[in-house]
Amino acid sequence: MKRFLIAAAAVAAITPFAVTQESAEREIVEYDEFFASSSVLTQQTGAGIYGAVCAACHMSNGEGAVGAGAYPALAENPNLEFPEYAIYLTIHGQAAMPPLGGILSDEQIAAVIEYIRTSFGNDYPDPVTAEMVEITR
Amino acid sequence: MDQEQAQPTRREFLSMVGAVGGAALMYQAMAMMGVAKASSYNGPIQLGQAPEGTKVLILGAGLAGMVAAMELRDVGYEVEVLEYREKAGGRCWTLRSGDTYEELGGAVQQIDFAEGNYFNPGPWRIPYNHYGVLDYCARLAVELEPFIQINNNAYLHSASAFDGRPIRYREINTDYRGHIAELLSKVTDQGALDEVMTDEDKERLLTSLRSFGALNSDNEYVASGSASARRGYERYPGGGVDGAPIPNDPMDLSTVLESGLWRSLASAESLNTSMPMFQPRGGMDMIARAMEENLNGLIRYNKKVTSILQDDDGVTVTFEDGENGGASGTATADYCVCTIPFSILGQIEHNFSSSLSSVISTMHYASSVKVGLEFNRRFWEEDEHIFGGITYTDLPISMISYPSNDYFQKKPGVLLGAYSWGATSYQFSSLPHEERVAKALEYGAQIHPQYNEEFKTGVSVAWHRVPWVLGCYGLWQDKEAQYQDAVAMDRRVVMAGEHLSYLPAWMEGAILSSLDAITRLHDVATNN
Repeated sequence: MKRFLIAAAAVAAITPFAVTQESAEREIVEYDEFFASSSVLTQQTGAGIYGAVCAACHMSNGEGAVGAGAYPALAENPNLEFPEYAIYLTIHGQAAMPPLGGILSDEQIAAVIEYIRTSFGNDYPDPVTAEMVEITR
Repeated sequence: MDQEQAQPTRREFLSMVGAVGGAALMYQAMAMMGVAKASSYNGPIQLGQAPEGTKVLILGAGLAGMVAAMELRDVGYEVEVLEYREKAGGRCWTLRSGDTYEELGGAVQQIDFAEGNYFNPGPWRIPYNHYGVLDYCARLAVELEPFIQINNNAYLHSASAFDGRPIRYREINTDYRGHIAELLSKVTDQGALDEVMTDEDKERLLTSLRSFGALNSDNEYVASGSASARRGYERYPGGGVDGAPIPNDPMDLSTVLESGLWRSLASAESLNTSMPMFQPRGGMDMIARAMEENLNGLIRYNKKVTSILQDDDGVTVTFEDGENGGASGTATADYCVCTIPFSILGQIEHNFSSSLSSVISTMHYASSVKVGLEFNRRFWEEDEHIFGGITYTDLPISMISYPSNDYFQKKPGVLLGAYSWGATSYQFSSLPHEERVAKALEYGAQIHPQYNEEFKTGVSVAWHRVPWVLGCYGLWQDKEAQYQDAVAMDRRVVMAGEHLSYLPAWMEGAILSSLDAITRLHDVATNN
């Protein structure tokens, strides 16, 4: 940990991208859980899992992105009304989206879908359970 | 003696094949005999003349698209290439000082390398047996230089072995081989192989193991001149009073096995990664630039394809024209070669057959991340005598690759500081650019403490964030079942690219796919 603080401070000082050393240190806490395993995700909270996997394409606030093709926004997305749909495509993938069933457990998939369904302007508060994920595998 | 005279020698046989069947058959015969193995590339494509007034529209100016364009143009087709980006090359891509890269999400990197330094986010090495790529390099005068894949003086590293200290590849390799050679010698001597080997073969085996494993005359792997000549010395051979070398002590077998460092010992054995390998001098996109120059004006840039429709008369492609304020434009042709990655194509309106559509909509794209790190000083050369090659680690960066060019220069150098896949890559992709670089530095500094002092600037490319491909390479839902549906010509359209090959993610796969696609397109065009 100490070593990383030093490295992060070095980056903050040298690169034009890092804003300030202060904010770099604040972010360290958030990213500290990253890379605990080389084969699976170890984050357990919905927000933690979202920030470590989903955000890669759907972006930090679920806004999605558009290039030659698009990543759909998860913010205010009516397709999230039925959790089974999100569960299925998280496990098995859909179109360009890779299947994530191999790197996330039933509990993690339930947690992250519950998080997405109650974040980014979505308001589907009914719980998503590991059992629901298990029967979809 | 009689037998030898009765059968033709290999040379006689091949001469006969060449005389009767010509060069192509000769090549195939030699390939079958193991003389000229590898890529199915069979020399420059011979299409024959295009039917008069036939136009082919090519979607995408990556290597597959540009190869199709060059070859079809050369035999008389009218060719038009539409490209989403402002330049050609696709994943054959190099970042240099002054370049700007904006990833999905809007983060912008201004590349700030020293003059002449570069980073290849995509392909970065060419196997000697990728004959298609190498032939196009030769034909387009792209200068190649050796790429060092395997370096005995680079490191193998595990955070959980040797207290996190990196070990030279040569030490692990020599000790692993030495110990397995000694073990096999012992069981041979103990009679364990008596039932499966003759005495003569056992003797030959023991002799070979002494050579293979640097064993002593008693078939033991111990500190010795021959072992140290491979793994290194306590005191290296020199001159003068203290010139005599002193061997050092090998690690014991249990230590080597427990370290897990043997996992990387076969990393330069496969056809795709064995020496010699090559890289274009100055960056991988020298290949793309040469093709782009050869096409001289046939590529239209900043065209975002929005629909591909075909009927009995031809193909109509609609696009948003970035050079005309996003206005809608159309291009028409008799035929179309589509190299758009399926990650993008699945979102474009089309009227392909249902079997092809099904493959397009089920192919997902792999996650992969590379981080390039520039340092003020080439400390890996100056301090550690590592000239090119790769250090493998079980840290999330997975490897550090040292530049195979500009050796001994007193100037900054760029390392590949992380190359990650899978669960690790998703997390790298999710991090902001500056955190990816910070993580690559944090991990790399465990192997090279000089990182902390010498860091200059960093570049990161997370392939899921690359706007024009949305991933690293295509992965099939069921390749065996779907492959023929995807490569088959769909009336007037044929697909091409790395995703439609058995060399996925390699430039050779893109080229072989393209050559095969245009061969079949030409067949259809000439028989219509």
